[in-house]
Amino acid sequence: MCLGIPGKVVEIEKNVAKVDVGGFLRDISLDLCPDVSIGEYVLIHTGFAIQKVDEKEAEETLDLLKKMAEAI
Amino acid sequence: MSGEKILLAHGSGGKLSHDLIKQIFLPQLANPILEPLDDSAEIMNREGHLAFTTDSYVVNPIFFPGGDIGKLAVCGTVNDLSMIGATPSYLSLSLIVEEGFSIDLLKQIVSSIHEVAEQAGVNIVTGDTKVVEHGAADQLFINTAGIGWIRSGVNLSGVNAKTGDKILLSGHLGDHEMAVLSQREGFKFQSELKSDCAPLNDLVRKMLNACPSIRCMRDPTRGGLATTLNEIASMSNVGIVIEEEKVPVRESVRGISELLGLDPLYLANEGKLIAICPPNEEEHLLDVMRDHPLGRDAEIIGKVTEENRKRVILHTLIGGHRILDMLTGGQYPRIC
Amino acid sequence: MKFIDEFRNKEIAEGLIQRIQKISTRPIQLMEVCGTHTVSIFRYGIRGILPEQIQLISGPGCPVCVTPNGDIDLAIALSRQKDVIITTFGDMMRVPGSTSSLQKEKADGRDIRIIYSSLEALKIAKEHLDKKVVFLAIGFETTSPTIAVAILRAKEEGLHNLFFLNSQKRVPPALIALLQSKHVRIDGFILPGHVSTIIGTDPYQFIAKEFGRPAVVTGFEPLDILQGIWMLVKQIEENRATVEIQYRRVVHEEGNPIALSKIDEVFEKDESRWRGLGLIPDSGYRFKESYKEMDVRNLEVEVEPPKEHPECLCGEVLQGIKSPLECRLFKKICHPENPIGPCMVSIEGTCFTYFKFQ
Repeated sequence: MCLGIPGKVVEIEKNVAKVDVGGFLRDISLDLCPDVSIGEYVLIHTGFAIQKVDEKEAEETLDLLKKMAEAI
Repeated sequence: MSGEKILLAHGSGGKLSHDLIKQIFLPQLANPILEPLDDSAEIMNREGHLAFTTDSYVVNPIFFPGGDIGKLAVCGTVNDLSMIGATPSYLSLSLIVEEGFSIDLLKQIVSSIHEVAEQAGVNIVTGDTKVVEHGAADQLFINTAGIGWIRSGVNLSGVNAKTGDKILLSGHLGDHEMAVLSQREGFKFQSELKSDCAPLNDLVRKMLNACPSIRCMRDPTRGGLATTLNEIASMSNVGIVIEEEKVPVRESVRGISELLGLDPLYLANEGKLIAICPPNEEEHLLDVMRDHPLGRDAEIIGKVTEENRKRVILHTLIGGHRILDMLTGGQYPRIC
Repeated sequence: MKFIDEFRNKEIAEGLIQRIQKISTRPIQLMEVCGTHTVSIFRYGIRGILPEQIQLISGPGCPVCVTPNGDIDLAIALSRQKDVIITTFGDMMRVPGSTSSLQKEKADGRDIRIIYSSLEALKIAKEHLDKKVVFLAIGFETTSPTIAVAILRAKEEGLHNLFFLNSQKRVPPALIALLQSKHVRIDGFILPGHVSTIIGTDPYQFIAKEFGRPAVVTGFEPLDILQGIWMLVKQIEENRATVEIQYRRVVHEEGNPIALSKIDEVFEKDESRWRGLGLIPDSGYRFKESYKEMDVRNLEVEVEPPKEHPECLCGEVLQGIKSPLECRLFKKICHPENPIGPCMVSIEGTCFTYFKFQ
């Protein structure tokens, strides 16, 4: 029940980050996810970053999925 | 007249109305048919079928990246004529202006109209301006009507689609609606998202030269691609199948769509067309389209089928399928 | 787009489907709780490519769908007051109240504005100190922290004209209600990915421990959903029942502690009425004492008594007991242009998705 889209942090000023979603820039509040650096990805919901996207986990999930698909 | 505002008197037919015509409209839009400034324009009759269309423009905001309400008005009518295979020739231009509107802005809009009319090779031959009280209109409304003669040997209509036909789309979906929305809401982009507003008559001419047996052309404006395809499926009593992976959408449009929960297949376009052609002609037609600046990103996106008559089916990115219905009630951005 | 496109890969999807087909030996019903899952499943046509013996039923995770008529009626009554500005997410505009909707009221000239973030309500309140600005706070635990932040800021900045119509809901208590119901037969749960980024996995343990059903926290891209389904089928076939995380790139066992603390500062758990499911204990929030002044229910407003159409089946549809096709109003009287119940309005509503995609 919740649209959440990953976006890349390109600028940070205090508790607001400029986040890039496919070239579309949005000011996103970091109040719920303050520990973010430029270049990292965050999950955005209604103008807030609600969690960091763990790139390593994403890669591992994809690798696993690829292996599962190939093994057939 | 610069720096001034439109007054009620500018619409009353008296001296100020004449000043407006002489100082703003005539310098930019002059042509032999318009110049007499009679109550009606006199046009020489010709052989063949005449196409006739009208549209009103109420876009807000009136200026947006890639265009303004004036450009939109000319393109919209030029395109409606083109979609039926007519060569757009003459347009009427009616304005309803809110009292207090800036004359400088009006000049800018007339300038836009002039520029795109010239690009499209059409003339504005008759017009009207009315002024209403402050609050009775939202800045400016425009109505255009247009006529043009239909090329001989061409028969374009939504009832013509046949089983086996192929469907082509001239480029990226959603640019116009997103450009307007982003202007209204103050959205920002890495590189500016512009409306695709453009006159399609030259592209259409080249397409019909290459493939006179095109069955139907439509420009997916309000309601988007999905609504337009549903209209055709219904009118021709056929099924339509579209391949999602073939439909071009710019990344920035996808980005906002995903973020706001909107569907690009339902977004308005003002410089795109779909064409339905007989089988085996699609590759050649695609080449012709891609050769034209307004068709560089054209794709063959689907085909017409015997099954599922009056329905539009989308083959999804992952191999599933869903029914693409008409747009009902407009899209609101959502959080869920 | 990164972290989206890779999870829509066709070849991998086909491979996953084959995997699911290989291990699935019996008919099962999986409930996808979350409305955003309902939409994703229809959008990609996932039902059509799964083996027939795996049935997906849609649950009550559509905050718009479960908002009681009374809440909409209250919003409408407030909008009719001259000094009130209503701010809302777009989702609520077309939901029918007892006799009207926010969309209709807006057409009648009421000041009703669509916003994309709770912080915009704050901004509007500051710009209109002479008006009462009311924000319709709907949503699940994904949205609640964002509402809490807006409330905390309003208090900090001494804003007295911002009010909240609290209609928020909590997912786990609703799942308890479903599992306790005799009508509902669910073999496994596809748990909401984004709610879980906030609450983690602890709140779901009872599903496995007390009710013996497997549950997988799943993402929203097609590969996420297929992997989540595969993980559930595997557990069922192996007679296991645990809570697993498929959506590892954003969901951690502990959730988001900062977000949880914001909710905790402003709200405490309370019973809440869900359309169709009735009153469920602990399934909503009430304001804590220090923030009560922002509760719009403290304002004096005359609201019409709530009425629901007697033949509207939204209640049963929301629990997965009936399908929209069994509703006498479906398509005949109730359709997106004239919705009778919220299930037809929300883009995640089961009735709406059936209408559009079936």
